Amino acid sequence: MEVPILKQGEVLIATFQAALSDADLNQLRSGLVQQVVRFRSRGVIVDVTAMDVLDSFASRTLREITHMIRLRGAETVIVGIQPEVAFAMVQLGLTLEGVATALDLEEGLAYLNQKFKKTN
Amino acid sequence: MAKRNGMSQETVTLNNRAGELARDEAPSELLRELVAHLRQNRTQLREEWVARISEARLLTAMTKEEIFAEATSVYDSYVEALETETFEALQAYARNLSERIIPRGVETHEVLGIVLLLRDVLARSLFAKYQTDFKKLNRILDAYEPAANRIQSTVAVGFVQERERVIRQQQEAIRELSTPVLQVRERLLILPIIGVIDPQRSRQLTEQLLRGIRTNRAKVVVIDITGVAAMDATVANHLVQTVEASRLLGANVIVTGLSPEIAQTLVTIGIDLGKMNTVGDLQGGIEQAERLLGYKVVALAEPS
Repeated sequence: MEVPILKQGEVLIATFQAALSDADLNQLRSGLVQQVVRFRSRGVIVDVTAMDVLDSFASRTLREITHMIRLRGAETVIVGIQPEVAFAMVQLGLTLEGVATALDLEEGLAYLNQKFKKTN
Repeated sequence: MAKRNGMSQETVTLNNRAGELARDEAPSELLRELVAHLRQNRTQLREEWVARISEARLLTAMTKEEIFAEATSVYDSYVEALETETFEALQAYARNLSERIIPRGVETHEVLGIVLLLRDVLARSLFAKYQTDFKKLNRILDAYEPAANRIQSTVAVGFVQERERVIRQQQEAIRELSTPVLQVRERLLILPIIGVIDPQRSRQLTEQLLRGIRTNRAKVVVIDITGVAAMDATVANHLVQTVEASRLLGANVIVTGLSPEIAQTLVTIGIDLGKMNTVGDLQGGIEQAERLLGYKVVALAEPS
């Protein structure tokens, strides 16, 4: 299932709906990286609230997305990681280093807005 | 239930053997005779028993009068259990007794010891009574021993069960008390940890903290481990994992009050301190948390 990418002001929002295949994740990565420049977005939010498991491929993809988007001149924040998922990821050593995280969509937007203010 | 059946079967076979030895008396009659003997000599046997208890220095936590009063009730329940061959009343009494004496520091070996003493005292009185009639003594013992064994195990099991119940209750109480997640300001949580952290407790701690972060929408968490004297490598690793998991939920963790020993442990197991934000004491931790959240605490007046 393809992940829809929504544009909200200066921010792109991608919400994971359900379990995603590796192909879907790859598609999301290229989609976000293309659109972030096309829409001149300054921030990207990836919402994983609906995911009850994040495996190593998903974690790596999230990291890659973050780094690639930073190279394209925007900030990424991952939101909505569930407590159980967070602890399972940490135990597997998937700590998403160098990736910004926030509690939910609202927090993610607040985080990005603060970042934008600093660079203005 | 199965255990009880097994026991009574054993009684039956032993009694059968007694029946083969003497067909003139049924085992129940023997038991009745035995009970009558014990009733008759109640005062004397009881006193002898109490004397043996103090001789063996058992039940030192109790006064002489208390021992005598308890001994009387135990003796009566014992005889009653022999007479009726039902152990429910004795079981209830044993539980009740354990409930009363466990808080006073009576040990398992003492309880087992006094019941064994009573058994010994009674057996000796039987030897004395039937010393001329060896066959009859044998039959009486055949009736007495299985019942006495059951009484012994009933009392012991009752005592141990009561002890275990108390321990379980205390464990639960400690567990509930052990991990409070407190909100001190909007979006700031404090998790004070006191005492020994074992793997189970640390798992529970992590769970409560992560859940607390979500429900309180916390941005900063101060974990205070002033009250923790030492932790092993497993628990230390778990602490680091907790910090990382909290970050995935978008919360900053500040760890305060690390003792020198814990600092040593963390360094020895080579924990990447870059991921951990540590401050010396709880006050410093809260001050830093307030800075992160953009609070500024100002004194309005000089303290009076």
